[in-house]
Amino acid sequence: MKYWQKIMTVTWKDTIAEMRTREIISSVLVFTLLVIVIFNFAFGTNQTTLNLVAPGILWVTFTFAGVLSLNRAFVPEKEQGCLEGLMACPVSREVIYVGKMLASLLFMLIIEAIALPIFAFLFNLPVLSLQIIVITVLTTIGFVTVGTLFSALAVNTKAREMILPILFLPVVIPIIISAVLATGTALAGGSWSELASSLQIIAVFDVIFLVVSFLVFPYVIEE
Amino acid sequence: MLRKLLVWLGVTLMVFSLFLVFVYVPTERTMGIVQKIFYLMVPMGWLAILSFLIIFVGSIFYLAKKSRRWDNLAFCGAETGLVFTTLALIIGSIWAKPIWGVWWTWEPRLTATLVLWLIYIAYFMVRSFASEEYRGATFAAVVGIVGFVDIPIIILSTTLWRGMHPGPIIFQGGLEPAMLFTLLVSLAAFTVLYVLILTQRVSLRNDQMELARLKELYH
Repeated sequence: MKYWQKIMTVTWKDTIAEMRTREIISSVLVFTLLVIVIFNFAFGTNQTTLNLVAPGILWVTFTFAGVLSLNRAFVPEKEQGCLEGLMACPVSREVIYVGKMLASLLFMLIIEAIALPIFAFLFNLPVLSLQIIVITVLTTIGFVTVGTLFSALAVNTKAREMILPILFLPVVIPIIISAVLATGTALAGGSWSELASSLQIIAVFDVIFLVVSFLVFPYVIEE
Repeated sequence: MLRKLLVWLGVTLMVFSLFLVFVYVPTERTMGIVQKIFYLMVPMGWLAILSFLIIFVGSIFYLAKKSRRWDNLAFCGAETGLVFTTLALIIGSIWAKPIWGVWWTWEPRLTATLVLWLIYIAYFMVRSFASEEYRGATFAAVVGIVGFVDIPIIILSTTLWRGMHPGPIIFQGGLEPAMLFTLLVSLAAFTVLYVLILTQRVSLRNDQMELARLKELYH
């Protein structure tokens, strides 16, 4: 098999498992909806206030949703001994990383594709623009590149679910800052050139951490 | 021998920098005497980043060579780094109080330091939660590498978030030559102090490891 086919096989395996159990997408989606509703109570229904806090709400929601779904990326593998099976496969460890990363990316994008219209509907805000979709996709790529690495690491520690947010959140702070900034600008009707500096930071983060995670991942899952 | 030399160099530089700060250097016009804390603040910030560079190098070599000595270097770098990063935050707050009237302000570099501090905490957390010690070292090395690579992006994003600040003029000739000289001397003094602390800590930890190994062997 070619390199790319191997990666797709790993991704496909995760997708089938998810289609059968619907564990990640359904539970994270419900969680996302709950967070959005709770934020509504926290900030009231005043439209001017909502316009101000909307980028923050959106990104806090997606960050928590990311932590929740990334936590599940390796837990089932570990619980049912699938990780050993994966590692016994005649593929390199990097293939496992990219395959799992793409699967997590797919799940996150599906969740966001459903959550964004709900957000637009509940908050009466134009978040369904091309600008915000680009910001969301780029930031999500950043989330899953580091997230997959740290998820594989967290599952091998004693604390498991506790350790992922502690590692993940400080590292993704720069892209959360940039995403919130860019979303605020986009909601205020800013042009693409005004978004450029934020988008550049997110894109640079994506590329750097794709490479770094790809290189260090083999050390994380070795026995 | 080298250590003795370093101790004396450190003491001399430290006394010299105290003299420069309190006697030689002119007091800044707008901020007054308060601004002198700058000569303490900048070395702390510098050491916070230098420590992470040491963690980064130690971590890469640990992953490549699997030798405990490299892990010890990274771990001790993290310990000293955490101390200096904490100090940088505290001194930053003390400086912020008279200048902005509040203890904490989301000033770009103060914010970046706080994020750096949180990554340092993560480095220790992941180590203590690992089931076996060697795994903890590997995981910590991964955090060390990811964290170091993250620093420039953190600085970029916090700067973009809060806008520019007087800081970046320091090395563009905006700083009075006398002030720059004082800053450089205090940077040198604290770097020597740092090297001393780090080498002591590393040799202590190496000895601890050796002792534990011997205990295991003859028990």
